[in-house]
Amino acid sequence: MTKNATISFHSHTFLENIDAVNKNVMAVIDAGKKNIAFSLITKQFDFPKKLMQQHFNENYIESDKYPKATFSGFYSENADLTKDGSYPLKVNGKLTIHGVTKDVQIPATLTVKGGAITGDATFKLNPTDYNIDIPFIVREKIEKENTVKVKAEWIPKF
Amino acid sequence: MDTKILSLKLLFPLICILIIKPCFSQDTSLLKMLDDSSKYNSATFPVKGTFKALHLINAQTVESPAKKDLNFIIMHRFGKINDGAYEFFGLDNASIRLALDYGITDKLGIGIGRSSFEKTFDGYIKYRLLEQTSGKKSFPVTISLLGAINHLTLKDTIYVSAKDKTTYVSQILIARKFSSSFSLQLSPTYIHYNRYPELNSAKEVFSAMIGGRYKFTKRMAVTAEYNYLIPGMLDDVDLKNSFSLGYEIETGGHVFQLVFTNSQGMIESQYIAKTKGSWGNGDIFFGFNISRNFSFGKDKNKKKEW
Repeated sequence: MTKNATISFHSHTFLENIDAVNKNVMAVIDAGKKNIAFSLITKQFDFPKKLMQQHFNENYIESDKYPKATFSGFYSENADLTKDGSYPLKVNGKLTIHGVTKDVQIPATLTVKGGAITGDATFKLNPTDYNIDIPFIVREKIEKENTVKVKAEWIPKF
Repeated sequence: MDTKILSLKLLFPLICILIIKPCFSQDTSLLKMLDDSSKYNSATFPVKGTFKALHLINAQTVESPAKKDLNFIIMHRFGKINDGAYEFFGLDNASIRLALDYGITDKLGIGIGRSSFEKTFDGYIKYRLLEQTSGKKSFPVTISLLGAINHLTLKDTIYVSAKDKTTYVSQILIARKFSSSFSLQLSPTYIHYNRYPELNSAKEVFSAMIGGRYKFTKRMAVTAEYNYLIPGMLDDVDLKNSFSLGYEIETGGHVFQLVFTNSQGMIESQYIAKTKGSWGNGDIFFGFNISRNFSFGKDKNKKKEW
């Protein structure tokens, strides 16, 4: 389990680039049950433009109403986390953002090196799937599908 | 009868889904483990966005531009509505203030402005002393300090020297965001006129502003502000307390405000202690404020992208 996993999302359009990072994501992996879970506080996303951060919390993700985003999932591939190596996985699970839960499949990679486990994943996410309404006037400034990047490092407990 | 059967037909599968669903849901104990150790309850969050703009209507709010943000404001007041059809209900005349505001740090902001009313320059410095927070260490209000200098350049023989045309303003801005939709601000104000024209002498004025905002959608709000002059200050001059109503629309980096006010001036030395219009007589100025935010901060997250 770690409290310092990183999740960032990126939306790049001709008009505006949005790159927000949350470095306080909590992540846990249970190699025995092949379960993975993530939880983050949406207010802890850091935007380079503070006005954007305020709009994200107030108008889009509504952090006062929905303070957290979570993911809980499982994988079926065999990954021996006691041995060094790289294991590509398909993680199936439920992603909850803005109070809306969706079933998703996320391709991820677990890398084991010297006892430490690193998880990496990149996937696309469409805000409208999670009832996040983007007004017509700014639609050109926000990508239809945002890229989400996940990185977590665990030191296993036995 | 038909509709009843139809609703039953629809309801039945729904009930089935509700009963069966828990069997399919996977092990969420891991997530619960994260919930238990969640930092949410032990963290403190600053309360942001007490007001959308730097001005409630005429009065300054506790907000200042974020670090390296530049804010450009156009404030515009038409003439009095009761000027009648000849003046096209005030729309023939206009008074304008142009201003630039800049965030030196997230807490310290400076600004300069020019008003056509009395041909006035103004400069101010605003510092956010304390910030409202929620969470573990919660603090109820945001407090900002404002110091401003207003200098008019209007040619008028009543002013003997240039020094006479300068006015100093200090304000303590205390605001609380009660909910995501409702915020209230109280600002005790002290103004020093080197020469108050109608008294032909220096004058100290104390007043207090109370103002608020109610957001009725995510991007629209109504605002109101009332500036109360302490009685006895300027009784010999026929003044009215400034009262203004506004309608606010926010779109990304812009904030548009449509306003109705009995003050023609838009800076402290003018709207607080030089308002002669009366709402009852229809001395109402229609106008708008438009503010645009520009960010000059470095995109540091992009560089660290992994």
